[in-house]
Amino acid sequence: MAEEKKYWLDRSDNVTKLYRGLWGIGFSLLIFDLVLHKHEELEFAAWFGFYAWFGFVACVVLVLAAKEVLRRLFKREEDYYER
Amino acid sequence: MSGEFPVALILILGGALVPLVRGRLRAGFMLILPVAAFAYLLMLPHGAHGQVHFLGQTLVLMRVDRLSLLFGYVFLIAAFLNVIYALHVEDTGQHVSGLVYAGSALGAVFAGDLLTLFVYWELTAVSSVMLIWARGTERARRAGMRYVLIQLLSGMFLLAGALLHWQGSNSLEFGRIGLSSPGGALILVGFGIKCAFPLLHNWLQDAYPEATVTGTVMLSAFTTKLGIYALARGFPGTEMLIWVGALMTAFPIFYAVIENDLRRVLAYSMNNQLGFMVAGIGIGSELAVNGAVAHAFADILFKALLFMSMGAVLLRAGTIKGSELGGLYKSMPWTTGFCIVGAASISAFPLFSAFVTKSMVMAAAAAEGHVVIWLVLLFASAGVFHHAGIKIPYFAFFAHDSGIRCREAPFNMLIAMGLTALLCVGIGVFPTPLYSILPYPVSYVPYTAAHVLDQLQLLVFSALAFAVLIRTGIYPPELKSTNLDSDWVYRRLGPTLAGALTGVVSGLLASLDRAGSAVVSRLVRMLHRHHGPEGVLARTWPTGSMALWMMVLLLAYLLLYYI
Repeated sequence: MAEEKKYWLDRSDNVTKLYRGLWGIGFSLLIFDLVLHKHEELEFAAWFGFYAWFGFVACVVLVLAAKEVLRRLFKREEDYYER
Repeated sequence: MSGEFPVALILILGGALVPLVRGRLRAGFMLILPVAAFAYLLMLPHGAHGQVHFLGQTLVLMRVDRLSLLFGYVFLIAAFLNVIYALHVEDTGQHVSGLVYAGSALGAVFAGDLLTLFVYWELTAVSSVMLIWARGTERARRAGMRYVLIQLLSGMFLLAGALLHWQGSNSLEFGRIGLSSPGGALILVGFGIKCAFPLLHNWLQDAYPEATVTGTVMLSAFTTKLGIYALARGFPGTEMLIWVGALMTAFPIFYAVIENDLRRVLAYSMNNQLGFMVAGIGIGSELAVNGAVAHAFADILFKALLFMSMGAVLLRAGTIKGSELGGLYKSMPWTTGFCIVGAASISAFPLFSAFVTKSMVMAAAAAEGHVVIWLVLLFASAGVFHHAGIKIPYFAFFAHDSGIRCREAPFNMLIAMGLTALLCVGIGVFPTPLYSILPYPVSYVPYTAAHVLDQLQLLVFSALAFAVLIRTGIYPPELKSTNLDSDWVYRRLGPTLAGALTGVVSGLLASLDRAGSAVVSRLVRMLHRHHGPEGVLARTWPTGSMALWMMVLLLAYLLLYYI
């Protein structure tokens, strides 16, 4: 069988590069926050990095709640309704 | 041009004629139908056309105004894209029901009175269920049956509310209804079922993922957005809807995180997007209603694109379960790209459609001082990126390589996805044309440095949260599972209770039966004793005794004669 083509993403060090790049983008967005003067309708939304930490915390809470609470309570076998 | 001819009939009658044509002619005919209807809409003057007098009421078959035209345009764009996406399908029934379904949704949008609305409302239910049953599996048959019953029930609420409304206000006109008007609450429940309000929502997640590859895309465009249209027409500024909408944005995303069927994940995210629209309608300011209907317009397109890409995966890979997929970007690079455009659009990345539509609802919530609602909507915005923006493309096309090697999607599907992707980006980059057809004048400016920065921060750090959770192994793996939702009430609790009740009742009937048969058998025994073969009253009397009695009678007669 012919050797299958290797893709860039198949190498785990490339995935790590992407991951680090994403952190880089995140931090540069925070630096912009220092420079840009924002007029927000809601006062607290103008706090430094409000959207950044809100997004991060929201997603961690979302995943943990779904995994630890919802899945424990409501997960059943795939054929639950067919039995 | 006058607007007497109902635009819905172009698709409905055209759809009915589809079986008569074959091959390339059929493809051309089906493509021309939405184009012709669109051209007709462009020429229509505003006003109430197609008036019919019925039972002392004036029914309006074609009410043309900015709101109905906006939904009319997007329904026809969706119908056109759906026809392209489904061109390879040979099953004539699906083409017919798809066009009749799109046509009846269009008819409902242009209905100027509640009775016409009701008729088209029910027609959407009946025509669309064929797209579920066409899958041909037992699961699809059952899910379709549940779906159509719930849709017809929504119509029953609408009809009952409409009749009360008629009785109370002596008018069938479909304008602003409000909760306090007669029949208003019943009509709201009818609309609420279609909009998938919390606890009335589960028909959506139950039925849509069971439809055919092309049927699900079709379904995603019309039914729920018809509900949103009706809500925007009848109940703008109803405060309760703000909370209902906020709840709708938040709770489905938890389910979406743990759901394995990727088309069901999309159904949950659809529920979440509808929440933004419902909340906008509830807020009711010009900015909010503009935002709600603009978001409905954008949502029809990006949700269609996402369902199209997942449909292509189901068609080629033969499964749509996250636990069985992964690495498909190697086999389906174009589909991957289009899916990512849909994902960026639903997540409201700058330059993609939801960035210019959803943000109007958010801005309206902030402007009206709904701080808690605004926070819930922001949470839901992060969440939708998480489950629809990242999870869908990640588990289908990337993640661990499942080893599945398949062909790229059929050419017609790629064309449909390409056009839809173009529209999603087009709206995001040039929002002005969409803004110019909204119900109210727009002064909102989406592209400010602060808005772009805020949104990018929200999205990039949501993505970072996903990446951290995946790399640390905390992220829950995709598991083969069924997650109980509100449909459990009628799929498990109801039948169980009914089963138990049947047991009790049949036990009761059995003991009644026993008691009854005891009484009857005693009666039979008694009759038997007196009338049976040995019974006193049933003995055969000899002929002699009859002659004797005859003689007695004759003697008595003789005696009486002489007296």
